[in-house]
Amino acid sequence: MSLLDYFKLSKPKTAVLAKERLQILVAHERYYRNKPSYLPQLQEELMQVIRKYVQVDQDAISVKFEQDENQETLELNIVLPDTQSSGTREHVARNSF
Amino acid sequence: MARVVVVTSGKGGVGKTTTSAAIAMGLAKRGYKTAVIDFDVGLRNLDLIMGCERRVVYDFVNVINGEANLNQALIRDKNCNQLYILPASQTRDKDALSLEGVGRVLEEMSQDFKYIICDSPAGIEKGAYLAMYYADDALVVTNPEVSSVRDSDRMLGILASKSRRAELAMDPIKEYLLLTRYDPVRVEAGEMLGLEDVQEILSLHLLGIIPESKSVLTASNAGIPVILDEKSDAGQAYADVVARYLGEKKPHRFIESKKGFLRKLFGGK
Repeated sequence: MSLLDYFKLSKPKTAVLAKERLQILVAHERYYRNKPSYLPQLQEELMQVIRKYVQVDQDAISVKFEQDENQETLELNIVLPDTQSSGTREHVARNSF
Repeated sequence: MARVVVVTSGKGGVGKTTTSAAIAMGLAKRGYKTAVIDFDVGLRNLDLIMGCERRVVYDFVNVINGEANLNQALIRDKNCNQLYILPASQTRDKDALSLEGVGRVLEEMSQDFKYIICDSPAGIEKGAYLAMYYADDALVVTNPEVSSVRDSDRMLGILASKSRRAELAMDPIKEYLLLTRYDPVRVEAGEMLGLEDVQEILSLHLLGIIPESKSVLTASNAGIPVILDEKSDAGQAYADVVARYLGEKKPHRFIESKKGFLRKLFGGK
């Protein structure tokens, strides 16, 4: 801090902005980079298996991959179609690798 | 066996070729037989920075295609007889290099050299991929600027997944950070990312900080690697980098501005 700084109107420090933007962006990009490349194919094949038994839509299966320091989690979420008129039944299968 | 070192960044214009020339010269001056290879096929520039552009007869592509042997293509540096330059081809396109061909040439050079510095082109296309594929060490050249830091992080991901060491599940490439075009005055004014900021994001082993310096342009004007300008701040910073790379302990310099008392008091720039 210099003497003049006390009289200047405080300008925003752009380096702080740069760092914050980078931290968010880099974390986001690392997430996508670390995702296993087999995920789309896995989703496709699961779809085929499930369709042998139940008629479900393309977006009825979601495959989510999460990673923290200790473990990697693969989350499968399959929404089964409405067989009764009482609303949607949701079956969630979770598996940790 | 030679140690293969790639100088890479993803982003262009951050100082890869300047760094390759300086590091190669620094290692050669220390007595290690060193080669520096330009991987930027179609846009060669290492020859200019090294001041040997008029002595190029054969190039990297000629050697890969068997049109010339290594001894015909390697140019011995005029300032240091332990240093050799292998220029890129200026006339062919980037597909002229092949993974197998590059591997073969590096293997042959490994018999004779202690260090092989691979000057990567910008981007993440074939030339950049081939420059890093066989590397043992990677110098990631980064400017304290958002796009450069982002591209460096992207490059780290590629080094960790697409290199030979990654594919063969060997020890990973050793990655080092080289922060270039650093301006401590602007960092202190909050206008430029500081060393800590960049390190918080990339968390790499810091090999050195090269200050923004007029001597880099004057050196390239003359075709003399800036490390030979021993009086300049950038030249000294590169000499420190070479020393640290060889395992010597050197405190980091050029992190703080050299403001005088009055300028400090009045916040002059």
